[in-house]
Amino acid sequence: MDRREFLRTSGALVVSFSMPAGAAFEQAAGGKPGLVADELDSWIAILPDGRVNAFFGKMDMGQGLDVAVAQIVAEELDVGFDKVAVLMGDTATSCNQGGASGSTGTSNGARLLRKAAAEARRVLVERAADKLATPAVQLRVEDGTVFSSGGKTTYAELVGGRYFHHRVDWNQKVGNPMDIQVPAKPKAPAQYKVVGKPVPRRDVAWKVYGTGEYVTDVRVPGMLHARVIRPPRAACSVRGVDEASVKGIRGVRVVREKDFVAVVAPREWDAVRAARQLKVDWRFDANAFPAMDKLHEHIRQAKVVKREEALKHGDVEAALKMPGVRVIEADYEWPFQSHASMGPACAIADVKADRCTVWTGSQKPHFTRDGVATLLGLAPEKVHGIWVPGPGSYGRNDAGDAALDAAFISRAVGKPVRVQGMRADGTAWDPKAPASVHRGRAALDASGKVVAYDFMSKGFSRQHIATNESDPADSLLGQALGMTPKGHQIFGSPEESYGFENKRLAWETIPPLVDGCSPLRTSHMRDPVGPEIHFASEQFIDELAHAAGEDPAAFRLRYLTNPRHAAVVKAAAEKAGWSSLGKGKGIAFADRNGTAVAVVAEVEVDRASGRIFAKRFTVAHDCGLIINPLTLRQTIEGNVVQGLSRTLFEEVRFERGSVESVDWASYPILEMPDAPEAIEIVLIDHPEIAPSGAGEPTIRVIPAAVANAFFNATGVRLRRAPLSPERVKAALAKA
Amino acid sequence: MATYRFTVDGKPVSVNAQPEMPLLYALRDNLGLRNPHFGCGLAQCGACTVHVNGEPTRSCVLPMSAVAGKKVTTIAGLGTPQKPHPLQAAYVAEGVPQCGYCINGWVMTAAAALKKNPKASDAEMRDALAGLKCRCGTHVAIMRAIKRAQRELA
Repeated sequence: MDRREFLRTSGALVVSFSMPAGAAFEQAAGGKPGLVADELDSWIAILPDGRVNAFFGKMDMGQGLDVAVAQIVAEELDVGFDKVAVLMGDTATSCNQGGASGSTGTSNGARLLRKAAAEARRVLVERAADKLATPAVQLRVEDGTVFSSGGKTTYAELVGGRYFHHRVDWNQKVGNPMDIQVPAKPKAPAQYKVVGKPVPRRDVAWKVYGTGEYVTDVRVPGMLHARVIRPPRAACSVRGVDEASVKGIRGVRVVREKDFVAVVAPREWDAVRAARQLKVDWRFDANAFPAMDKLHEHIRQAKVVKREEALKHGDVEAALKMPGVRVIEADYEWPFQSHASMGPACAIADVKADRCTVWTGSQKPHFTRDGVATLLGLAPEKVHGIWVPGPGSYGRNDAGDAALDAAFISRAVGKPVRVQGMRADGTAWDPKAPASVHRGRAALDASGKVVAYDFMSKGFSRQHIATNESDPADSLLGQALGMTPKGHQIFGSPEESYGFENKRLAWETIPPLVDGCSPLRTSHMRDPVGPEIHFASEQFIDELAHAAGEDPAAFRLRYLTNPRHAAVVKAAAEKAGWSSLGKGKGIAFADRNGTAVAVVAEVEVDRASGRIFAKRFTVAHDCGLIINPLTLRQTIEGNVVQGLSRTLFEEVRFERGSVESVDWASYPILEMPDAPEAIEIVLIDHPEIAPSGAGEPTIRVIPAAVANAFFNATGVRLRRAPLSPERVKAALAKA
Repeated sequence: MATYRFTVDGKPVSVNAQPEMPLLYALRDNLGLRNPHFGCGLAQCGACTVHVNGEPTRSCVLPMSAVAGKKVTTIAGLGTPQKPHPLQAAYVAEGVPQCGYCINGWVMTAAAALKKNPKASDAEMRDALAGLKCRCGTHVAIMRAIKRAQRELA
């Protein structure tokens, strides 16, 4: 049974994908409580045949989060895992738990489903107690059947196809912090039978056999194909559009409002041709950006918009000046990077007079709905946002832009509209991971002990545009219409527990290069600023170990104060055989919101070509309670390889006003010949500690591990990412 | 505009199109197939890969004028859940894809490479798969699936 088939047959409680929002809400009036977080029915439904729907307001992006949620719900409800379907990404069936965000799918997202499922079980057992005239404590549940000593009933008999009409206590928050409280007590980890098992993902087969549907495959009757004409340079405005330039193409229409230009056509290829052919007269600022080779100098010199000290103890400046200490200093640089999702974003919107349906690949479809509603001047409940798997998502990529574009164009032409970007829209015009500089300063006393440690990051804000598309001002469309993003100022600091006597961790943000429409606007990309910061901080730790004449693993263990941190370093080193490895080994460690990761990288360096081949990685990973070791391993592997790609290859190239990275040739990423031959993973399970997320932590330790391994192989430090062949050759030649 | 006749997954089809229109648009827009995918339109990623007369081909740059009379096979025609190609079975067993949008390139290219050389070494397979992209970073899992398929084929 494929996904659509399952939804079709899983009962009246599911709003069909194609049903317009209006109909969904009419149906709601007929007995279903409103979709609000304090109704148990908003979280769990028992179908007439005893199967279970869990309504999830976060999103899986191909790492198996939905399977983890199904395991948790099955566990708490005492039903078979196969009976639980997880429905996510439809604003008509799930509350806004924030979508995919910050690796909080399990920690924040599944937490609610755990409580809701436990509460559903408690309510069902109570109702069974009445029915079976037996006290609830004397009942037991097996796979949805409640047994007393002499009788039995089932969840399906008790509530199947109907609603609980049962309130839970909601904290009134929306997004990641949304939470509920219930009288039921979830199970203790010692009782787990389904949680902790290596259950395979459910979205693999349809992808492998080409039988399912991506957002790019959604077709709506009467739909037109659109392409948006992005400006050739930053800070552009439109002087004029020569509509006659596309006159010969069948059925083409030009949509223009202020600086927003798009073409629509009944056939997709005609829309592509029209987009290529349309003559637009642009006015632009030719010097919007600094020269690319001056980028990091620009950052160092730029005015500081916001500074924060994440940690300060002792007196670092005084300690750095103490007599007899050895001061170590190092500067590191990270480039802009692109999400460069596998395909450019796509969205379909069908705008009617008083409502809209939008199909999106965005990882935050509830916020997509909000943004479309604001754009169209509709109440949010008049917009039905439907997530359909997209071509990859690792943060705020171009998906949100596509959704707002589609809605805007659909309203303009009065028909359903499908927008898909061309390659450059996904590489040149997606929101970028910010470029940054980092400086480490430390003092060692005569014995080699670190007596001062100062680490500072300075860069573009990771939220120059917001992490979701709920405000049109954060979209290219909004900016083309004259809106300016509010811009939130935030960077970040290393997450570790090195117990240095005098220590300061600080960050500073600088203004965006362009206030309005810019291909170098910055926002969240997988583990926002994590790879950037730890590329620097974990290399700097290595530099200190080297200066102290100590083994880098032992050095970390000497100073880490959190035992879970020390445990992953030990585990990675032991599994990799650290002490017996030859030249070319590097280690790095970091925490991320309670998940601790250490990695050992083993590299070979080809001095002639400048190629770094990262042959083998050994990861030790502690994210508290493990829900599903199989999907966890796959998630970690993806982090390693994507992290290696960002370390070795990825850098957005630009000139004074335009981004020159427009495709895979100008924005190369890792390919198979450079993929590691082996990734060994040690999972450390802590059933007593709430799960803390795995979607991002591992990626932040990869850059430094590779750079440290390069140093171990060559004696040369690479303090600027990416560690491309040209840079390797230049660094080796200089050494 | 001209009419082009060819077969897709064994079925004869005919498409009216400009001669320069890439095959990908015929498959998706004219014939309504849900795969292969548009990834770059530049033959740089592989998401649009199909077999044309058995050869892995980037359909995003193959003009319709070159398609007439050819035999086109998509991933859905390579195998089915009931009758999977060994690579597809291996992909499912290993749970390879994450977002999965790149999959046509990897499966169709590897299937053709294994047909020519079922005993290809790891190094040979890694080279044969150069030029394909996977943004989720499933490369290690892809190699595991290929080895599994090779055992199946042996």
